[in-house]
Amino acid sequence: MIYIVLVLLSLAIILVSIRFVKGPTPSDRVVALDTLTIISTAGLVFLSLFFDRSIYLDVSLIYGVLGFIGVLTIARYLEGGL
Amino acid sequence: MIYLSIVGHLMVALGSVFLFLGALGLFRLPDVYTRMQAGTKATTLGALSLIIGVGLIQPEFFTKTLIIAIFIAISNPISSHALARGSHKAGIKPFSKTHFDAYATMKEKLEEEL
Repeated sequence: MIYIVLVLLSLAIILVSIRFVKGPTPSDRVVALDTLTIISTAGLVFLSLFFDRSIYLDVSLIYGVLGFIGVLTIARYLEGGL
Repeated sequence: MIYLSIVGHLMVALGSVFLFLGALGLFRLPDVYTRMQAGTKATTLGALSLIIGVGLIQPEFFTKTLIIAIFIAISNPISSHALARGSHKAGIKPFSKTHFDAYATMKEKLEEEL
């Protein structure tokens, strides 16, 4: 069970990283970055269950907030308002 | 309590499958807007399901996982909306088989009225 979830998450991270490197426009890269943030948040929550440590939940919450602010800033920059 | 654990394991498995499918869609689809749909909708469902599943397996974590799930459910559509608007204003064309572009037609109408 644990290994199935970890393998699926690693495959997802590899596919998104390929799109992050390859992506033709900047928007593709930002979408890939957003998706990577969400996958990492979910993976950290799963690792907190795996290692039985609740501090990883706080880490994942802060990581999600910072990723959200970063994506909003880059979107505003693409729009031309920054 | 054993039933909650079984439901939690099922939700974790479903969530990881949806996260993988979202990443596959992000890798395969043709242009920015379709990729954005795969990369935010499927991933939102997957992350919510996985996080609440972890909270059901380990009931001590349930409040914090609920806070993270609510935050993801609020923030993810907002960031995808801002990204779609920003890339449309930056002039990135949709895929050639796209039939409707409601935002472009609305902008044309507004300019005609002005």
